[in-house]
Amino acid sequence: MSKKVEINIKPLTRVEGEGEVEIVVENGNVKKLQVEITEAPRFFEAFLIGRSYLEVPDFVARICGICPIPYMYSSSRAMEKILEIEIPKEIKDLRKILLFGEWISSHTLHVFLLHAPDFMKLNDVIELAKIKPEIVRKALKLKAFGNYIMEKIGGRSVHPVSCRIGGFYRVIRREELEEIKKECKDKQELAKELLEWILQLEIPKTKFDYEYLSLQDPEGEYPTIGGRIISNKGMNISEEEFENNIEEFQVPYSTSLRCRIKGRGTYITGPIARFNNNYKALRGEVRDILEAYGFKAPLVNTYQSIIARMAEIYHSTLEIERIINEYKEPEKPYIEGKVKAGWGCGASEAPRGILYHSYRINSEGYVEKARIIPPTTQNLAHIEQDILMQIPEIINKPIDEAQLMVEMIVRNYDPCISCSVHAIKVKIIKN
Amino acid sequence: MKIAIFKFASCSGCQLELLNLEEELLEIAGKVEIAYFVEASRKLMKGPYDISLVEGSVSTPEQLEELHKIREESKYLIAIGSCATAGGIQALRNWAQLEEYKKIVYLNPEWIKTLEKSTPLSEHVKVDFEIRGCPINRKQLLWVLSQIIVGREPFLPTHSLCIQCKIKGYTCVLVTRGEPCLGPVVMAGCGALCPSFQRPCYACYGPSDLPQTIKLAQQFTEKGLSKKDISLLFKKCESWTPKFKEVVEKYE
Repeated sequence: MSKKVEINIKPLTRVEGEGEVEIVVENGNVKKLQVEITEAPRFFEAFLIGRSYLEVPDFVARICGICPIPYMYSSSRAMEKILEIEIPKEIKDLRKILLFGEWISSHTLHVFLLHAPDFMKLNDVIELAKIKPEIVRKALKLKAFGNYIMEKIGGRSVHPVSCRIGGFYRVIRREELEEIKKECKDKQELAKELLEWILQLEIPKTKFDYEYLSLQDPEGEYPTIGGRIISNKGMNISEEEFENNIEEFQVPYSTSLRCRIKGRGTYITGPIARFNNNYKALRGEVRDILEAYGFKAPLVNTYQSIIARMAEIYHSTLEIERIINEYKEPEKPYIEGKVKAGWGCGASEAPRGILYHSYRINSEGYVEKARIIPPTTQNLAHIEQDILMQIPEIINKPIDEAQLMVEMIVRNYDPCISCSVHAIKVKIIKN
Repeated sequence: MKIAIFKFASCSGCQLELLNLEEELLEIAGKVEIAYFVEASRKLMKGPYDISLVEGSVSTPEQLEELHKIREESKYLIAIGSCATAGGIQALRNWAQLEEYKKIVYLNPEWIKTLEKSTPLSEHVKVDFEIRGCPINRKQLLWVLSQIIVGREPFLPTHSLCIQCKIKGYTCVLVTRGEPCLGPVVMAGCGALCPSFQRPCYACYGPSDLPQTIKLAQQFTEKGLSKKDISLLFKKCESWTPKFKEVVEKYE
């Protein structure tokens, strides 16, 4: 008798955007495994053509309401290379504070509102708040802190208005940062407590052999904006070499493109990749807690990505305070460049991983070509690969548990479907 | 009272503003039932719903079908954000050839199914209330929701950003700094954020009441802006609103 297992998850919940997963297994053979993006295409790379280079950061921010800042940074970095703008340390520092604010906000959203309920077999954060009210309250405070930083320096947390090519629209005053600093100690304490709570969750320990891709900071800090692109399997390239090493491809069931390393295969980008590739650059205070609970790099599967995210939240709260202590107000809010025709690219570490942009502009500064490769686009093919590797375990479970396991694997990546289209269905049918 | 949250073509930023209400959200959740919120819960309840918040523009045949279903199932339908109220930034494709656009972005354009244009909800169904902005201001969202919950008809100010900016006492970007600020024709709601960073308003909230968009465009011409630059100023997140469209078409 033939045994057919079909898993249909539609829509995929607790992810940012619209998607579905469809799996069909017959007699142990996978007949179909599709992570489908059903989010409507928005054509950013097309309507950017003909726009002024100065407009690009505000436009691309609209690709994602959850991670607008790296969109502004990767595009600005690409343009700054064309315009030969050197970003001074003070502006780099301000950019880092703002980015760490977004990591805190985005990661807290994912870790507590979207991801942690999976490890407790709960439907959502409302249910989590019933059994762990203190944890949720602390998490919300931390999330609000991330938003507060973005509101202070950016005007608002979704689509901030202060960032521009070359820096900021006005000088951010020391006093403004001092207000953020006042909050730091309290928030570091919260982050530390929440990290300890996460480290005590029941998280699978199965080892998988994955390739992790992340940036490496030129000054040896934890990666944020620009640098070499490195992997645990020997990749070490410049941002300029990204398009030659990573290829995009399309599948008929999805409105998002997907990526693989040319001649090698799929890979993971995101907090777990940053963590595994740059562990020593994490603040010592963070590593001490991790190691006290028996964790360190490399984390061995994507369920453990929740640890990397929480470690980055704690790291961010510590780094924000350090950078504010060292901050000197820049003389000019931004550096002006010389508009000329050219091509440039830039990468930054969005909450979900490497965000790569490249642009060609003409001699008057209008865009001729735009290319945007968000982290979720890069992870999509690997999400399918990850599910495939765990199929034997999935199909031996009762249908509702099998469905949850597939959903969990997808959520491990914190996929941002809005980004990937610039969506996930899971469908499981079992006979 | 059952609340549902839906999403069409958008960046998820307006739903995020709902989540960003943090502790106030938990308070609302205690007073109402969040019945359908794909981004936040695995538990999805069927309609009818008392309030439906819809983010995103209508840009695929499936979305159009779903919108009609949402309308039938909702007592109070609220469009949230520029995409749902004006077609959003992706409405920039409405001026272009769709097939050309597909070829620019996708390797296999024939696999991509979309409607000819990206449009606001109100072009297809009756919308009971609109909260503007790219993104919406969560304080406005909280205000509107609490008005409905206590049984009052919600309202929001419709005056221009200039008024908000003057109340805050910022230096005028248009007159004093001489930069092309859209504040005179844009609806208040963000808190005059751009002027607070010494940059001109770029119209995230769309047109205010009786906006003199053509007059403002003439002012920009006198200041020496080219026709192209003027059309680009009005051709952003709110470009598909009639008063902005008028300028874009006249100056393009």
